[in-house]
Amino acid sequence: MAYVTDRKRATGLGSAKSGTEHFWGMTKSSVALLILVPLFVFTVGPMLGAPYEEVYAYYTRPFPAIVAALTLVVGFMHFKNGVQVLIEDYTDGLTRKALVIAMICVSYAAAATGLFAIARIAL
Amino acid sequence: MADVNPDDRPLSPHLTIYRPQMTSISSIFTRITGNALLIAGLLIVWWFLAASTSPEYFDLANSVITSWFGDLVMVLSLWALWYHTLAGVRHLIWDTGRGLDVDTAEKMGWAAFGGSAVLTIITVLVI
Repeated sequence: MAYVTDRKRATGLGSAKSGTEHFWGMTKSSVALLILVPLFVFTVGPMLGAPYEEVYAYYTRPFPAIVAALTLVVGFMHFKNGVQVLIEDYTDGLTRKALVIAMICVSYAAAATGLFAIARIAL
Repeated sequence: MADVNPDDRPLSPHLTIYRPQMTSISSIFTRITGNALLIAGLLIVWWFLAASTSPEYFDLANSVITSWFGDLVMVLSLWALWYHTLAGVRHLIWDTGRGLDVDTAEKMGWAAFGGSAVLTIITVLVI
């Protein structure tokens, strides 16, 4: 260690790591959600509380099914990256790693479950 | 000497050391609403799963989502979704280098709170 300069030792230790990629990812998904969220709210909204047959018939239609599938996938990927920033701000060490991994698992599981359910109704 | 142990470095200072201002409150609400939307997101996924499984399972998910508590969660989440959306637009504007002065930032903060309340009421009335 004595042979490494301070500059060399500091390289890569910044909090951001691949921060610009993360930032650009959030920008892209937020713009996508800006379009998807209103479409999703006004298609899924009237279905919440509706009877089973009506909900089932509604989600065999392409538009509501595709909007719901896209919103859940893009939304949960946006959540995955967003919650990572929250975790990184308030925790460190092993707790931070465990929470980030747990939230990645939750996000992919939720997105996959949503896709599976919508596909099973729609197809 | 540079700090060689990443685990000992300080975390960013937050809530406890600043006087609340429109800029800080609108920012922390962006974080709270965004992360709290996990609850509604998982409920909606469960509702879709139930609808794809059987009428009986759907009735269970439907009764949870339409109970008074489910309604409360859904209406609060709807506000959270609109607030987070408007606050996100604010960030997209800031990212272009515009509106970064305190006066404009505070106005956009009020717009996000006011706008999200209006959008929530409109949405509840429409659907």
